[in-house]
Amino acid sequence: MTAEALEPSPSGAATEPILSLRGIQKSFGAVHVLRGVDLDVRRGQVTALVGDNGAGKSTLIKGIAGIHGFDDGDYLFEGKPVTVHGPRDANALGIEVVYQDLALCDNLDVVHNMFLGRELGNVAALDEDAMEARARETLDGLSVRTLQSVRTSVASLSGGQRQTVAIARAVLWNSKLVVLDEPTAALGVAQTEQVLRLVRRLADNGLAVILISHNLNDVFEVADDIAVLYLGSMVAQVKRADVTSNQVVELITSGRFGDMGLSAQAAAQVEEDQ
Amino acid sequence: MTTPDTQTTSPQTDEPGRPASSSSNFGDIVRAYIARLRGGDLGSLPAVLGLVVLVIVFSALRPERFPSAFNIANLLNQSAAVVVLAMGLVFVLLLGEIDLSAGFTGGTAAAVTGVVMTEHGWAWVPSLLTGLATGALIGTIIGLLVARLGIPSFVVTLAFFLGLQGVVLVIIGEGGTIAYRNEVLLALNNDPMPVWLGWTFAVVGLALYAFLTWRQDSRRRKHGLEAQSVLLWTIKTGALVVLVLAFVAYLSMERSPNPTLKSIKGVPLVVAIIVALLVVLTYLLDRTAWGRHIYAVGGNAEASRRSGINVARIKLTCFVMCSTMAALAGLLIASRNNSASPTTGGGTFLLYGVGAAVIGGTSLFGGKGRVSNAIIGGLVISVIDNGMGLLRQSTGNVYMITGLVLLVAASVDAISRRRATASGRA
Repeated sequence: MTAEALEPSPSGAATEPILSLRGIQKSFGAVHVLRGVDLDVRRGQVTALVGDNGAGKSTLIKGIAGIHGFDDGDYLFEGKPVTVHGPRDANALGIEVVYQDLALCDNLDVVHNMFLGRELGNVAALDEDAMEARARETLDGLSVRTLQSVRTSVASLSGGQRQTVAIARAVLWNSKLVVLDEPTAALGVAQTEQVLRLVRRLADNGLAVILISHNLNDVFEVADDIAVLYLGSMVAQVKRADVTSNQVVELITSGRFGDMGLSAQAAAQVEEDQ
Repeated sequence: MTTPDTQTTSPQTDEPGRPASSSSNFGDIVRAYIARLRGGDLGSLPAVLGLVVLVIVFSALRPERFPSAFNIANLLNQSAAVVVLAMGLVFVLLLGEIDLSAGFTGGTAAAVTGVVMTEHGWAWVPSLLTGLATGALIGTIIGLLVARLGIPSFVVTLAFFLGLQGVVLVIIGEGGTIAYRNEVLLALNNDPMPVWLGWTFAVVGLALYAFLTWRQDSRRRKHGLEAQSVLLWTIKTGALVVLVLAFVAYLSMERSPNPTLKSIKGVPLVVAIIVALLVVLTYLLDRTAWGRHIYAVGGNAEASRRSGINVARIKLTCFVMCSTMAALAGLLIASRNNSASPTTGGGTFLLYGVGAAVIGGTSLFGGKGRVSNAIIGGLVISVIDNGMGLLRQSTGNVYMITGLVLLVAASVDAISRRRATASGRA
């Protein structure tokens, strides 16, 4: 009942995957959410994670982020099996997640938000200068030039700028893998473009990026790799260049397309289980 | 101020977006300030303007009484307890919480101090510390109930408001009072400092302010960060120097109605206490991680929790801070009245404290407020009280006017909040 016909890993995979999941299982009570998921994420690449509502995308990334553990399966980070018991463990490995609601404090400025909960300085005094300088450095490194001042309060920023701040916060900590949950969901056309460019830049700077999105236009614009979840199974992880948008839609909605994805029996089986 | 989201297309190499260099001539400074106001970031400006208007009106109506040094010193002593209470309340208001029991926390602390000092003959230092510890203990219990059990602070502190009123009655007895006889505690909110001490504090304080802000600006400039211009520093420092020196000079004049009998001159001692509290508490809020986390929790508790901030601990410590300050406020009332009674900290005391914080610009929605708000708001309330008293207005009229001012302040907050959301400066 698990995916039996996973596409071979992208042929141009020169680097070892930074994150490898093998046979991940997760149930909430009687609901079997993840059914043996395999996933490879590489440095310098944007791996898009797509799937319909309820396919298990959120469960998968929450497991990666350590918010809840997986029931079974291997979690390899930089080739070594690791156990992630909480968000702190994930952060320590260099994994940062940018959630859809961004989790920013509107009443604080950009610098304060980027260092929220991890301020520089000692008990007696914050080191504002160091924080401000490093915030600027990080934003400059991402070629973010839409922020006039890092001392403006986040409330005054547009949706795209807020997303930018949240992403910059995620890369501030020498992170290696950044997970972005629907970063463009609430944005207009120009801002979506701006955020997608930033996502691409993260990968070009050598980070591994997992991008969750419902929007296949976005996915085809920035992703190197597309991983399709269908009812808790990873039905395909393919290179973007190897597929068309229609094929991906078919994979998302029915779990198979031609020789990609689940076999006919497996698809029927999964559907039956639901 | 919001920049449009059109991003230039050139990718990595362009000159990184440094902030525009800070305003360096007078016109720029004024324009930047007006832009801030128009964006809805009013700060304490409405309250300061209101205070100035009130002082002018009362001075015009009672020119011989209201602006006299004697009355100003008196007014400062009258306002001290409300100001200190409001300073404490700012901490819980910043979280979006409330402490309705703070008034009677002060009453309880004043009663406990009175008992150990007057009835058990303790020295003033342990007596004072016992009073403050009483406040801290009450704050700890409230904080635990709110932060750990998750009971709304409104309900917890309403219960404490009733309960502590009872505690004070039990300690003191109905209709009773406990006299304060210790010289030092009585001096707290009655006596002026020696004239030389007032001048020393003023000069040293101003010199420190000028030095520290100058050092900070030059350090930021050295690191290539945005800093206020030399001109702005000069204007701010100059204005502060003039105001403080004029204030000290005015209060250093002889103000006794009968100087041959008893000379009264010098800045009230309580002013030094309040300035010291202002500096310390503002430092805690602005320059420490604890203070930053208070603003963060008040702004977005869920985001703070996910960022690893211990939200329950922040709440607990803020309630402890508030109740400890309330205890000090209660001691200031007792010092002023020369005694603690079951009504100490009752009546309008708490509501004046909350009103002072709100009039000064602290938001009841949390996340916005400063310790200095408490001072400005507390002065507004005391000026109304004092000025209308001099005009022989009834208590009824005083309450109505105070209520009106509070309403105006809340409206200003609401309107500026709306503007702030529109222009995005919440």
